[in-house]
Amino acid sequence: MSTKNKTREKGELVLRMRGLRMEGQADGEWHEIVKGIDLDLHRGEVVGLIGESGAGKSTIGLASMGFARPGCRITAGSIEFDGTDLMQQSEDYKRNLRGGRISYVAQSAAASFNPAHKLIDQFGEAAVQHGVLTKAEADRDAKDLYKRLELPNPDTIGYRYPHQVSGGQLQRAMVAMAMACKPDLIIFDEPTTALDVTTQIEVLAAVKDIVTTFNTAAIYITHDLAVVAQVADKIMVLRHGNMIELGETRSMIAKPKEDYTRELLAVRTYKKEEFAEANDDAPILKVSNITASYGKGITVLDDVSMEIHRGHTVAVVGESGSGKSTLARVITGLLPPSQGSIEFEGEILPSALKNRNKDQLRRLQMIYQMPDTALNPRQRVRDVIGRPLSFYLGMQGQEKETRIRELLTLIELDPDHFIDRFPGELSGGQKQRICIARALAAEPELIICDEVTSALDQLVAEEILKLLQRLQNELHVSYMFITHDIATVKAISDEMVVMLQGKIVEQGEKDVVLTPPQHEYTELLLSSVPEMDPDWLDDLLARRAAGEVVSTIASKPNA
Amino acid sequence: MTRFLKFMQSAPWSARFGMFVIAVYVFVAFFVPVLAPFGETELVGSSYQGWDSTYWLGTDSLGRDMFTRILYGARNTIGIAFVTTCLAFLLGGLLGFMSATLGGWVDQLLGRFVDVIMAIPSLIFALLLLTIFGTSVPVLIIIIAVLDSTRVYRLARAVGMNITVMEYVEAAKLRGEGLWWIIRREILPNAMPPMVAEFGLRFCFVFLFISALSFLGLGIKPPIADWGSMVKENAALISYGDITPLLPAGAIALLTVAVNFVVDWFLHKTSGLRDEH
Repeated sequence: MSTKNKTREKGELVLRMRGLRMEGQADGEWHEIVKGIDLDLHRGEVVGLIGESGAGKSTIGLASMGFARPGCRITAGSIEFDGTDLMQQSEDYKRNLRGGRISYVAQSAAASFNPAHKLIDQFGEAAVQHGVLTKAEADRDAKDLYKRLELPNPDTIGYRYPHQVSGGQLQRAMVAMAMACKPDLIIFDEPTTALDVTTQIEVLAAVKDIVTTFNTAAIYITHDLAVVAQVADKIMVLRHGNMIELGETRSMIAKPKEDYTRELLAVRTYKKEEFAEANDDAPILKVSNITASYGKGITVLDDVSMEIHRGHTVAVVGESGSGKSTLARVITGLLPPSQGSIEFEGEILPSALKNRNKDQLRRLQMIYQMPDTALNPRQRVRDVIGRPLSFYLGMQGQEKETRIRELLTLIELDPDHFIDRFPGELSGGQKQRICIARALAAEPELIICDEVTSALDQLVAEEILKLLQRLQNELHVSYMFITHDIATVKAISDEMVVMLQGKIVEQGEKDVVLTPPQHEYTELLLSSVPEMDPDWLDDLLARRAAGEVVSTIASKPNA
Repeated sequence: MTRFLKFMQSAPWSARFGMFVIAVYVFVAFFVPVLAPFGETELVGSSYQGWDSTYWLGTDSLGRDMFTRILYGARNTIGIAFVTTCLAFLLGGLLGFMSATLGGWVDQLLGRFVDVIMAIPSLIFALLLLTIFGTSVPVLIIIIAVLDSTRVYRLARAVGMNITVMEYVEAAKLRGEGLWWIIRREILPNAMPPMVAEFGLRFCFVFLFISALSFLGLGIKPPIADWGSMVKENAALISYGDITPLLPAGAIALLTVAVNFVVDWFLHKTSGLRDEH
């Protein structure tokens, strides 16, 4: 490993892409998905590729290894890695580069590690295979890197299996694995998207540290401008396979040239205009002292109590595993609690779904995180929205048809265009609108929104939030908004509930919860949300190191 | 309709050939009284006559026209196999989806019951049951359908499991929909592709199974024309170098191959497999 490092001069050109064009296959036809991209990457430099889904960022990332996914092909252009045009090279040559001189960090570490082998064995696999290191050297390097990435117990953590470490740790182990051969180029494909904000910080810090220490060139792919601003030197904004803008991170954040970049920057600034007044009316939903568990012994919710008032939006915030989705399952009756009661408009709801009557079911509706799986792909929009109408309200024929059209108009989709479509013929945002219409069709009092925007592109997500807000203003429906995204909370909630490990740590009016002094967990959560400021990460890490802000909390075992 | 035509045009030659053969068989099965030169059980000549212009494929051991009986065999064998497969799918599919949706003890009970049936070799089990209940056509259909439904059950349960975890099924449960609605409207439409492919394969197996039983003398009873028993009845002719008994066997083989061609294509289409370029 030491011999190669000597030649690592900062500034040397590593990757040079010229006029890259790629096509993807859909329905048996080839469509151009990357339309002429030029990219230069020097040693020690990080380029962020940013754009919405379908912009071609992952495709370009993989192309820099000379690789095209099945169903994709490179049609024109050149990809020069270290002076060699990969397009002219054999598959064997390219395979040798991958894992050796170029490595790849995927979005989901959990899906990328082999669950049957220990972390440290997987760490060295590529390096030993490529003949760069012996197994003993690889193990020593692994421990060094684990230490550098601040994994707990760096000497022993490698001997665990992937399921025995937390998501953030696994993602850092994956970054370490990518460094095993001391590659010249690393491609990070949304490495933090699947992580909670507090773990995201750890991984971002690890990425930044690794890149600067080893002078590695990197491509960082993400849809989140605030994240990429922390690690990238240059940012390339992509849309529909075209390059919109390329520039230095600081100047782009400060002075974007293109309208589209400005839109991306302005995202997350939406805020609803009027917040609901706190009132003393009887709450529409009252959850008292709920304790619930899956199977025996594992308590997921511990003595949870909360209230939701008519026309209010209550955000339930917490990280994965905090029990917020379980709370929704308890309220909807999918998981009967072992203790506690749920009161809805003054009457006690039966705890099990099957004991609730049609009217109780109707008044409580749910919208899911993934519109793809929440809509039956074999049902047309007409049937999806029509079913609650006939099921709950007994509507038939012309009356039902008219109402379906009204609902489609309400969610800002043209009835003539959309009523006969299948979900597969809709975009992600349109699907989520249909889910909203399905919930509204039942004329509910309360809608539980389970991470409804987190699977959507940011611009689309914002449109959905605005729609939900407009609907609340018009229909006075209440929302219970489950989310891990503080920006969403700031945008539309009136009150918020912060959950940690099945307990509520703080709740109340949003402004009160968001203003210090706070529970240390709330503070940690808030301070971990990336801001559109290239210095944010460094500042935060410095402040945390100095003890000015909370960096971890005692009761959180996996941090 | 145009989409259907376009879909058909994308079929490779093997699938087209398969569809053509199946179409011919179905046509024969429907119009056999018009097409056949003689009656199904009519004695028209002496036994074992050779091929000539009156008896195209000669006559069998009792002096019945072979060509006529092969045509009737299409109707009987295919008809019975089709009804049996449908019944097996109705039973196995319904129970499989129920298992997947309800889970818990229903799933356990049905699953273990199916395990027990599957543990017994099906040909021997079928022979046993046929000896007990007699060999009328309805009994034959029910016994084979029940035995075969165990395999359908397993597939339906596995496919159903993947669908019941989808949020649209949860949404339907939250809406308060009943079991029947969930199975019929939420699960079934999404389980169709693998089930249809399996239907084709199962049909072949049932068809072969009936022929095998007939060959062993416990399937379709004479004088009903059936390919399996026709092979058995005329097997002696092979010793004299006459290939006539192989013709019904050939008819069985051809249909099996044809159905498999179509199923292969359909599976390839619906599984979303893409050829690596």
